Amino acid sequence: MARFAMVIDTKKCVGCMDCVVACKTENDVPEGFNRDWLAYETIGKFPNLHQENRSERCNHCDNPPCVYCCPCGASYISSLGGIVLVDQNKCSGCKACIAACPYNARFIHPVGYASKCTFCEHRVKHGGKPACVEVCPTHCMYFGDLDDPMSDVAQLLKARKYHTLIPEAGTEPNVYYLI
Amino acid sequence: MKLTRRKFLEISSATFAGAALSQNLISNIKSNDTDELGIRKVPTYCNICFWKCGAIAYVRDGKLWKIEGNPLDPLSNGRLCPRGSGGVGMHYDPDRLKAPLIRKGNRGDEKWVVATWDEALNYIADKMLKIKETYGPESIALFNHGIGGNFLKHTLRAFGVINIVAPSFAQCRGPREIGFELTFGDYIGSPERTDIRNTKCLALIGSHLGENMHNTQVQDFAKAIENGASIIVVDPRFSIAAGKAKYYLPIKPGTDLALLLSWMNVLVTENLYDRDFVDKYGWGFESFKNEISAYTPEWAYIQTGITPEQIRNTARELALHKPASLVHPGRHVNWYGNDTQRSRAIALVNALLGNWNRKGGFFKPAEMKIPKYPYPPYPESQREKADNPDNKYPFISEEGLTNGIREATLTEKPYPIKGWFVYGTNLIESMPNQLETIEAINKLDLLVAIDVIPSEITSWADVVLPEAVYLERFDDISVNSFYLPFALIRQPVVNPPNEQKPGWWIAKKLAEKLNLNEYFPWTDIEEYLKYRIESAGYSYDEFKSKGIIFGEKQPIYDNEGVKQEFFTPSGKVEFYSNQLAEYGFDPIPRYIPPDDPPPGYFRLLFGRAPVHTFSQTQTNRILRDMMNENEVWINSDIANRIGIKSGDYIRLKNQDGIISNKVKVKATQKIRGDCVYMVHGFGHRSKALSGAYMRGASDAELITKYKIDPIMGGTGMNVNFVTILMED
Ligand code: SF4
Ligand code: SF4
Repeated sequence: MARFAMVIDTKKCVGCMDCVVACKTENDVPEGFNRDWLAYETIGKFPNLHQENRSERCNHCDNPPCVYCCPCGASYISSLGGIVLVDQNKCSGCKACIAACPYNARFIHPVGYASKCTFCEHRVKHGGKPACVEVCPTHCMYFGDLDDPMSDVAQLLKARKYHTLIPEAGTEPNVYYLI
Repeated sequence: MKLTRRKFLEISSATFAGAALSQNLISNIKSNDTDELGIRKVPTYCNICFWKCGAIAYVRDGKLWKIEGNPLDPLSNGRLCPRGSGGVGMHYDPDRLKAPLIRKGNRGDEKWVVATWDEALNYIADKMLKIKETYGPESIALFNHGIGGNFLKHTLRAFGVINIVAPSFAQCRGPREIGFELTFGDYIGSPERTDIRNTKCLALIGSHLGENMHNTQVQDFAKAIENGASIIVVDPRFSIAAGKAKYYLPIKPGTDLALLLSWMNVLVTENLYDRDFVDKYGWGFESFKNEISAYTPEWAYIQTGITPEQIRNTARELALHKPASLVHPGRHVNWYGNDTQRSRAIALVNALLGNWNRKGGFFKPAEMKIPKYPYPPYPESQREKADNPDNKYPFISEEGLTNGIREATLTEKPYPIKGWFVYGTNLIESMPNQLETIEAINKLDLLVAIDVIPSEITSWADVVLPEAVYLERFDDISVNSFYLPFALIRQPVVNPPNEQKPGWWIAKKLAEKLNLNEYFPWTDIEEYLKYRIESAGYSYDEFKSKGIIFGEKQPIYDNEGVKQEFFTPSGKVEFYSNQLAEYGFDPIPRYIPPDDPPPGYFRLLFGRAPVHTFSQTQTNRILRDMMNENEVWINSDIANRIGIKSGDYIRLKNQDGIISNKVKVKATQKIRGDCVYMVHGFGHRSKALSGAYMRGASDAELITKYKIDPIMGGTGMNVNFVTILMED
């Protein structure tokens, strides 16, 4: 089975939010909600500053608390490369997963089910890439199979330094930030 | 909103010649096939900003779904910027203008009678003829922004209008074009001829690429970063670009010219400049060399706050990579009123780097030529244009001076201006000193605003004409000279939801009312487009289905065969400008320090966010979800001292006592303590903009003061000071 991951080069990201906009139209995300978002982190004292811009979303964790805690069996790990998904029809909207996710990646869609980033599995299953990856004007986002040593993502993680978000939560996230 | 066939016919039969248009749209839509998933793709080009990227719009089940970049297009390379991706929200914006409006109450009251197109255009034509009779057609002016205004411009020129101006010159990039023309004999143009993708060292002076989302430039900026280019950012604010920089120079606002002069001093005294280039192509270098010898890094340190060491290091870095080394000329450069001289200094640093027509510097755009449509000649006028009487500002361009027309309207000199057409620009927000604009408006017999949303300028209009958004109309061909020459087509993707009409239709109907039919020999815009494309030797059908045509590849660098030609009086790169000397200006840029803010005040700086364009997109419900108000950036040490923190709401009061709407504080280390910064375009006061009304504050309101550039007449706007008022 493939193991899909996203690798984002923070050295190139300008924090423009195109990834957020493209997701919104691609996935009909309703007004007032977004499935991905930007974090801007600045450290230091003027003018000696360091800035990191991060496009964040569901980390499609290998060890996903949202799946484990779901009382309805609606949250699941897909056989498509380990993407974490929600079955809308099974979801009762109880919000247990929202409480469990350390990344704040989920929200209740106005229709009543938990919603979040799907890695655009509807595109990926046809060999495509997530909409955010395909739109990014700085080409700073990469998507692929970590189990394929020749993939962009595997190569980049081999060549560059990176970090993940809240690794101490033990979720084994699959979104990596190159630094 | 989706129109049923029945509803659509009702609307179209209610309007003059509406049926012809609707058929036209529908037939177009049919010609683009829908795939098995119910998806139809229509190539077009974006209009959320003037970059005009090639796009492909997706229609799903008859409704606009999403917009992507056209992979064939060299501007987007298949990727639109966030605003372009969010263009969908423009079509669905519930705040859109829906029908023609004629003013009922006082100007500015926003009280209207809803009119038919026939009524509205008759009203306008009637007033125009009266103005022509009493004052002459020159007493009507057009303020124009963007390609959509081309057809209206045509109608007005046929009527005898000569006063046609655009804020893109006097409020934006004018000083840059003039500064480079005076030096190299050529404009920078748009899209810019900056070879960012191949540069090894890029200096940005206040230019905030990444926040300023000119698509190709940002893509190329990312490429430069990836290639390991050295980035130098000069900005009072630690911009997104500064976060990518090898050298960040936190300059005191208004002192950039001092830095540029000292860079030149270092390049010359340390013999780091391109001697070959300067010997071969330079003019007046000896006088230049003498003059800049005074501008040492030690001198510049006192002006700019940038240490001599930083100045030397950055000048050396620029020299190290020459000629693949580039000081970006910027785009919005009307800052301090001496902007042409600053732009000229930027041109001169580049000249010392020998980067003109060279890889990694400035390339020579490969020219695209599409023949014009053969219209009858426009009537000739005996009068001079009113924007620049007696050539008061000796170096202006075809784009003219918006502020010159405003002044002529107020003073009635050199002659009265009684009618304004305003197309696609929210003049209240785009020009400094709103009171002056409003006073001028109150002297008019006719103000027509053509827009897609009820922007502030529409509140002041006598007649408001609702245009179809770019996704609902044909438009003129976008002809681009760039790395490759190419042209893009704009074609309707979906129908306008209400009574909105395309700009070409409005212009043609108005011409009919004015008995100018001979100027519109074509009955339908596709006839016009087809004529132009076919006379250039291309297939119109292919243009429509691919969205783009390409011209011949041409050399773009001198080592590929571009001749080093300079269209200056000396035929050389003018280190010393006789032209400037003749008019009494400094032939070599000379430094004048800016005024300091009074105690307790900060200099007001403004800029762009990647998710909004000017004051035109704040009601777009998709883009509003990205950013729904602006913030005022203030240094966090200062914020602590005065007892405010991020998230607090304050008001700003300027030196003339003008108080802003309330605005959120962003207390941050990312800005100097002597200035505050905000994103332009917020704080809307037009009540009809329900999605943006009174969200955030308007910098334009606070820009009551401006300094006119004596060379080109543009308005320097970074000369206002504000103090902070606490909100209880
Ligand atoms: S689109 Fe790309 S550059 Fe823009 S914020 Fe997202 S990841 Fe960053
Ligand atoms: S830069 Fe963005 S807004 Fe401007 S034309 Fe291109 S996609 Fe549209």
